[in-house]
Amino acid sequence: MRYLPKSPAERQEMLAAIGAKSINELFSSIPERYRLREPLKIPGPYSEAEVIQYFSDRAAENSAGYTSFLGAGVYNHLRSVVTDAIIQRGEFLTSYTPYQAEIAQGTLQAIFEFQTLMCQLTGQEVANASMYDGSTATTEAVLMAERLTGRQRVLVARSVHPEYREVLRTYAKNSGLRVEEIPFTASGTVDAKALQGALKDDVAAVVVQSPNFFGVIESHAPLAETAHAADAMFVVAITEGVSLGLLRPPAEADIVAMEGQSFGLAPSYGGPFAGVIASRDKFVRQMPGRLSGQTTDSEGRRGFVLTLATREQHIRREKATSNICTNQALCALAATVHLTLLGKEGLREMAEQNFSKARFALAELLKIPGIRRSFDAPFFNEFTVELPRSVKMVNAQLLRERIIGPLALGTPYPELTKHALVCVTETTPRAEIERFAGALKRALEQPI
Amino acid sequence: MAYPKTYRYSKEHEWIEVMGDVATIGITDYAQHELGDVVFVELPKLGAKIETGKSFGTVESVKAVSEIYAPAAGEVIEANAELQNTPEKINTDPHGSAWLIKVRLTNSTGISDLMDAAAYEAYIADKGKEASA
Repeated sequence: MRYLPKSPAERQEMLAAIGAKSINELFSSIPERYRLREPLKIPGPYSEAEVIQYFSDRAAENSAGYTSFLGAGVYNHLRSVVTDAIIQRGEFLTSYTPYQAEIAQGTLQAIFEFQTLMCQLTGQEVANASMYDGSTATTEAVLMAERLTGRQRVLVARSVHPEYREVLRTYAKNSGLRVEEIPFTASGTVDAKALQGALKDDVAAVVVQSPNFFGVIESHAPLAETAHAADAMFVVAITEGVSLGLLRPPAEADIVAMEGQSFGLAPSYGGPFAGVIASRDKFVRQMPGRLSGQTTDSEGRRGFVLTLATREQHIRREKATSNICTNQALCALAATVHLTLLGKEGLREMAEQNFSKARFALAELLKIPGIRRSFDAPFFNEFTVELPRSVKMVNAQLLRERIIGPLALGTPYPELTKHALVCVTETTPRAEIERFAGALKRALEQPI
Repeated sequence: MAYPKTYRYSKEHEWIEVMGDVATIGITDYAQHELGDVVFVELPKLGAKIETGKSFGTVESVKAVSEIYAPAAGEVIEANAELQNTPEKINTDPHGSAWLIKVRLTNSTGISDLMDAAAYEAYIADKGKEASA
């Protein structure tokens, strides 16, 4: 289904057909005081040349030639031009959400394949057609657990992405949902004893992230067992999907909420990203959003349908399972194309490179006097180190050498002042890791 | 399909059959017809309290999810487990084997205000006229 612009004459024709004299008459049911009486305050109109100049200027503001060691929920990975070539086809790029689902077979098939890939990656039985991003997916997973258990207390590990926790608190604020945080141990993992202590029969869900915000890999199985012993649902959030190329999928989870940005989406400022929710078949009725399903038509040919959409906002109003009524179809398509190009071996190889390069980077950094590792638990492609100086001051120095430094953990975690979260992916050349270590050493040696 | 004379009917298209202090509740043939092919039923747990006029579950068809409203107040003593695997029974036998729940009535005062079979048939015939008007 394509987006079709309308000429003024066509608008008149449509108004005439429904018996309205003007657009204003069409909107007459909207009270006068809520109507906009002046043109929208947007500049222009501009000529084609001016528009091109404007966007060229904005594009030139992008930084180039920097090497980044910043991850923390957004990751720089290799992307193929094939992905962009496919998602820029008009049939995908301009198509709107499939409300008349069955005529959009291509869109439904792409969504179906996305769901299949997400199930294979997460070890779950069913995945939906995507959410906004990892943070909303995590929150929707909690709301799902709330509906399934009828309980309103949620235990969230403090090592879950701080912004994911913020989104959850925003949703919880006026809904009666009580969110409590579980501390982390000296190794950087979820404090299992604290979790055990906080678990009672009123807990709807236990939420952990792995690899967690410090890059540390959690052991799902014992945590799941603890949660399940209290009949609470076990929710696993994943910010770095590439880790699934190497790590065991969180099959013990009741719901997996994942950020799909690592799969073919550039780390642009503000997104767009693609959230993933995957779960067990038996929980599907409480899953937000929609599901595409494979079927056969009356002549026995393979076809696709919107299998589950009856609980969506546009059908069920205030009783819908979620107010997220749209999906990230184009981003989900990018992830699907990207993963299909990579294949199973490709994803594993990419994950292995992340794993090895992060270890090389850690070894290089630990050679610098005064730097020590913050947590000793296993990690994937991010790790935390403590610097002898303010991370922000060091980062200002690094930026002058065209290096985007690690995340200063002191802002989200006051107890981790001077701790830095370093990210290394397959895109970081060995020489750049060495240049980073050298620049960091110089920055620390400079008199304050 | 005939509407059993021993049942009472609500405006929201539920039926109720009272035997002593226990009542069986289901949805009417008219309701299943309006919904279309039923694919899922969500019923309350044993021991749940239902209140007159309040929703106690949902029936999902291929085109919509609808609330089921309690025609009387009581405590759920049985939910029709067979409907979990064969929800389509609601389409074929709504007044019989596809009953939804059995409750122990805590307040039966409102039941006599519900329609009898003749009144309900007149009520849905009226609805039919509305729709075709």
